[in-house]
Amino acid sequence: MDSSLRRPASDPPASARPTLAVWKFASCDGCQLSLLDCEDELLALAEVVEISHFLEATSADAPGPYDLSLVEGSITTAADAERIRQVRRLSRRLVTIGACATSGGVQALRNLAGVDEFGSEYVAAVYPRPEYIAALATSTPISAHVPVDLELHGCPVDRTQLLEVVTACLAGRTPQLPAESVCAECKRAGNVCVMVAGGTPCLGPVTRSGCDALCPSYARGCYGCFGPAPGANTGALVALLRADGMAERDVLRIFRTFNGPVDPVGTRREASR
Amino acid sequence: MTHKIDGDRLLHVDALARVEGEGALRVRVHDGRVVDVELAIYEPPRFFEALLRGRGHTEPPDITARICGICPVAYQLTACQAIEAACGVEVPDEIRLLRRLLYCGEWIESHALHVYLLHLPDFLGYASAVDLARDRRDLVEQGLRLKKAGNAVLAEIGGRAVHPVNVRVGGFYRLPEADALIRLRPVLQQALDDALATVRLVSSLDFPDLEQPHEYLALRAPAEEYPLDRGLLMTSGGGVFPAEEFGRLVVEEQVSHSTALHARLAGGGLYLVGPLARYALNGDRLTGAARDAAREFGLGEVCRNPFRSIVVRAVETVYACEEALSILELWHGAPDASVDVPPRGAVGHGVTEAPRGVLYHRYALDADGSVLDARIVPPTSQNQAALEADLAAFVQAHLDLPEEELTRRCEQAIRNYDPCISCATHFLRLELTRG
Repeated sequence: MDSSLRRPASDPPASARPTLAVWKFASCDGCQLSLLDCEDELLALAEVVEISHFLEATSADAPGPYDLSLVEGSITTAADAERIRQVRRLSRRLVTIGACATSGGVQALRNLAGVDEFGSEYVAAVYPRPEYIAALATSTPISAHVPVDLELHGCPVDRTQLLEVVTACLAGRTPQLPAESVCAECKRAGNVCVMVAGGTPCLGPVTRSGCDALCPSYARGCYGCFGPAPGANTGALVALLRADGMAERDVLRIFRTFNGPVDPVGTRREASR
Repeated sequence: MTHKIDGDRLLHVDALARVEGEGALRVRVHDGRVVDVELAIYEPPRFFEALLRGRGHTEPPDITARICGICPVAYQLTACQAIEAACGVEVPDEIRLLRRLLYCGEWIESHALHVYLLHLPDFLGYASAVDLARDRRDLVEQGLRLKKAGNAVLAEIGGRAVHPVNVRVGGFYRLPEADALIRLRPVLQQALDDALATVRLVSSLDFPDLEQPHEYLALRAPAEEYPLDRGLLMTSGGGVFPAEEFGRLVVEEQVSHSTALHARLAGGGLYLVGPLARYALNGDRLTGAARDAAREFGLGEVCRNPFRSIVVRAVETVYACEEALSILELWHGAPDASVDVPPRGAVGHGVTEAPRGVLYHRYALDADGSVLDARIVPPTSQNQAALEADLAAFVQAHLDLPEEELTRRCEQAIRNYDPCISCATHFLRLELTRG
């Protein structure tokens, strides 16, 4: 091997840069991958922050406290419920990234089952020896366990929003994040409405924006991966879905995906915390 | 870190860095002999098979994508294949080619991530690619550019890099615009150059000696192509099986001291899926620059050193770039973005080559399309037994190393497999108390 490739023996000098930690709980890794997917910004970001803990990216592991902790994943075990409290204690600011950390994620669909059904229908369906599995019957968002400074939605999060949150937190300003529905973005994008013109069921009217109306731009209905928009009138949308001939079973399915079970006939989130 | 307990030596890594998902390693040495190796996975299970029950037959591609943020397309396309098989539908070739193009994007993205951000720092003595960039920014930029090219394919064809939205049972929601395909061409040309430079770079690394005798399992494609999106299951022992035989070919067992489901070949032993297996069984299917690079850099016909899997990944990245470019040449549109897949009560199987190896899906559908039962076997859980065997052999051969160094090298050995622990919904080990 070309010996010039090897790392020189001396360590780089310690820095006074703000420290960033990235934590993972029950999740697919996609939201923390979104940080590594910032191919054009990653190295610049690493120059202004010290990446102190980020298992997916580095084997360096500096003890806290951390100026900013990004938390991916939901709480599904007793051990993780304790670990998130530790992370909170070590973090000046704690931001949840993605649907799992913010709402419990797709794995929160188990919350619809009772504790007994969780054991018999979920654990036993996957593991021949379910008694060895130390999982809680519920998947809950981080905010059900510790105070959270900011929640970033999306399954996965949007890369641009993620960078905005990180830079705003480091600069001590409030990040600029949209609080409207996908419909608003979709109209601005000039899309023909998939629901009105094509009769395709679409959760755009009740889903938080941030994806640039991605699904309608790809000729499919929004499937709600950014979760409910603030003040969403899901009741009105359900009436439209039914009027378009959607079966009751499918109405439930469309509301029960990546942000935990959402009660389609009210505006409240059901059983996710 | 290591502990000494009653004369035993216990090598213990609490958290594995630079693997996707979270796990830990325990190696127990007694009287100079490795007596136990355990890759402890503390990734909490998410019960995908259970929550798929009762869902519609159009839903598994989007739901199972969430098993892994690094290779969601593998899950989407394997689910599509299984459900289309259950419903007796075959997609036209134009759709299949477009899927293969999307899959090439994922291979480029995933392999570049692993080679540059997760594995290369090990070989060069850095904690991360960010640290490496302080001294060799050019190398890391090359890797990020390559990864970005893979993501560009995913975004143009699939809508976004993580959990693409454009894949559906029967095809796509929307066909790509001609402009998008034209935009990809120069990006992939550059990626091909970067991938070739990557083969040159990684084949110059120092590889520890380790030759492992594992049986290999990979797909073998029907046409003269390297396997990605389709093929028969093939073992290095000479077996050839269709996807429907996966359940008979591979036996998952639970051992008394662990909750891990250990996969082994029926009537055989542990086996390996992934780049080494694919290359050994399909090296003759490499073409053009990928074939030349494999020859030039001395990969041979079969590679049995798991540390050299980084070279195979680099060669496969060259292949994926060339294959994507050739699909861009070949593809002249399709009459429709998708074909109808009316549900029927049946069972369907799907197998594809995820970046980390063979991925298997099986769905039993009700007449109305509702999923009655689902089974998913990801590559990492299939590789667990081989991985532990490699660690045992490696530690046994290097017991003279200082413990810190040995621990570091064990972590590196684990990263040879690019294990995606988030995907491996099927194994979860409890930590054992030892006396």
